[in-house]
Amino acid sequence: MSILVLAEHDNASLKSATLHAVTAAQKIGGEIHILVAGAGAQGAADAAAKVAGVAKVLLADDAIYGHALAENVAKLIVGLAGNYSHILSAATVNGKNILPRASALLDVQQISEISAVESADTFVRPTYAGNAMTTVQSSDKIKIITVRATAFDAAAETGGSAAIEKVASGGDAGLSKFLGQEVQKTERPELTSARIVVSGGRGMQSGENFKMLEEVADKLGAAVGASRAAVDAGFVPNDYQVGQTGKIVAPDLYVAVGISGAIQHLAGMKDSKVIVAINKDEDAPIFQVADYGLVADLFTAVPELAKELNK
Amino acid sequence: MKVLVAVKRVIDANVKVRVKADGTGVETQNVKMSMNPFCEIATEEAVRLKEAGKVTEIVAVSLGNAQCAETIRTALAMGADRGIHVQTDVELQPLAVAKLLKAVVDKEQPGLVILGKQAIDDDSNQTGQMLSALLGWPQATFASKLVLNDNATANVTREVDGGLETIEVKTPFVMTTDLRLNEPRYASLPNIMKAKKKPIDALTPEQLGVDPTPRLKTLKVAEPPKRSAGIKVKSVAELVDKLKNEAKVI
Repeated sequence: MSILVLAEHDNASLKSATLHAVTAAQKIGGEIHILVAGAGAQGAADAAAKVAGVAKVLLADDAIYGHALAENVAKLIVGLAGNYSHILSAATVNGKNILPRASALLDVQQISEISAVESADTFVRPTYAGNAMTTVQSSDKIKIITVRATAFDAAAETGGSAAIEKVASGGDAGLSKFLGQEVQKTERPELTSARIVVSGGRGMQSGENFKMLEEVADKLGAAVGASRAAVDAGFVPNDYQVGQTGKIVAPDLYVAVGISGAIQHLAGMKDSKVIVAINKDEDAPIFQVADYGLVADLFTAVPELAKELNK
Repeated sequence: MKVLVAVKRVIDANVKVRVKADGTGVETQNVKMSMNPFCEIATEEAVRLKEAGKVTEIVAVSLGNAQCAETIRTALAMGADRGIHVQTDVELQPLAVAKLLKAVVDKEQPGLVILGKQAIDDDSNQTGQMLSALLGWPQATFASKLVLNDNATANVTREVDGGLETIEVKTPFVMTTDLRLNEPRYASLPNIMKAKKKPIDALTPEQLGVDPTPRLKTLKVAEPPKRSAGIKVKSVAELVDKLKNEAKVI
C-alpha cells in the first residue's frame, strides 16, 4: 500500500495540520508520500521531506497552484491517484475544498474527518456534531479521506530525509481565478494548533469587550476563539468560530468565557484536555463539561484573571 | 438565469441526538425534522437574487423518502418557484446525491446551483464539490458573499482558515454556503399557504439513470466518550492556582 498525503502549506513552510494527517497515514500503514502543490513551494517541500516517516515528497510547482484552487489541485491528484491505495488530507478548509472534487472525479465516496483508523478500509468519524461516532467501511478501490487533526498526534517535524521528486503540473482547468484575500494579521498562534485557547460567547456583549480576552490570551500565549452566537452577533469574524460549523480544537487548555455551551459549540472543543468555564449562570450547560467552573460575572472575573496572571 | 437549490431534511439543530441502543444509527422516531440550516441559507440567497432581478426562476430539489417533500414545501414557502423530489428509500451518500443532482442539472440547465456547505447530520461537506466536479464546473465553497458580474462570471468571497478569500468563477458554477452569507427569513403564513399550490415533480433514481447504492457500509454507531463535570472554584485566584499546580497547564 502507498498513501498520498496532500500537504497544507503556505509555499514557504508546512502547516502543522499536515503532521497530524501523516500520523493517520502511519496508522493505516504503508509507504507515505506527501504532495506539495504550490507556487515557489520548495520551502514547504523541504520541510515535508524532514517529517519523520515520510518516504517521498512530490513537488508540483506551478503558478496555478499558488492559491490552491480546487479545480486545479483536484486535477493534479487525479493524475497521480493510480499509484496509491489511500489519499489523505487534513480536514482544513483547503482539504475539504479539494478532496471531494478529486473523489468524485475518481468515482470514490470520500470518508470525511476521520477520528480513528480501525483498519486499512474501516474508519471512525464523528457525525451529528460529534454526538454519534460512526464506524464505516469503504468498498472503493482507493480510499480518499480527510483527517480531523485534533484526533491524531502530530508526526515529528524532523528525523526524516525523504527524496523530493518534481512532478509535472496537471494544467490549469481555467474555471476559476484567485482575486485576493483578507487574512487576519495577528501575532497569536493559530486557533487549531494553539496550546491554549480563550473563547468568548454571547455573554461578551460586544466586539469591543473581546479586548479583555485578548489581554488574557496574550499573557497565556493563547489563541482567541468564539462561539457561533458571538459570531452571529457580529462581535468577531467567522474564522474565530469554534464548533460544529466552525473550527474543531483540542488544546491543552480551553477557557470558555460567557459561553453557555450549546451542543454545536461543545462539538468543537470537548476534546480539549482541560476546560475552564466562566459564566454567571450556574446552570449553563458548559459547566457539565468543564474541569474547573467559576460562577462569576465575566466583567469582573476576566480583568481579575489578567491581573492574577501577572503575579 | 435559473437557480437550482438543493435542500436536505435533517434532525432539527436544536434536538439532542440520541444513539440507538442497538448501535445501528440514531433515534429518528418522533424527532423534529427541519431543513438543514446551511440549505436554508442557500434558499435565502437564491430568493434574494430573484428579488434583485438577477434570477428568473428558483427550483428546489430534495432527495430521499416521502417526507422530503415537506422540506421542499419549506423552500417553496421561502420563495422558491417549484420543486423536484427525487424519491428513494435507499440511504443516500454524498457521491450518489451529487450524481442524482447532476442528472437533474442536465435536465434543468441552471446557471447556478447553491447548496449548503455541509449537512448537520452526517457532517460530510462533500456534495457541492462533487457535483461541480461531475459537471466540470467551477466551485465556490464556504461562500460568505456572492456578486454576479455581467460578463458570465461571479466573484465569491470564501471563509478560509485565517480569514477571507475572493475568487472569480465562470458561470455556470456551484456555490456552497457558509454561515455569514445571509440570515434566512421565516416563511410568512400567506407564503406557506401559497407554497401548497406550487408544483413538485417526482422523479426516481432509475428515471435519472443513477445507481444510488451506498459505497460506505456503516458498521456501528456509538455514543462518544462522556466528559464528566469537574469542580467549581470559588475565586479567580483559586482557578489560577488549580491551573498552575493541579492541572499544570499554565
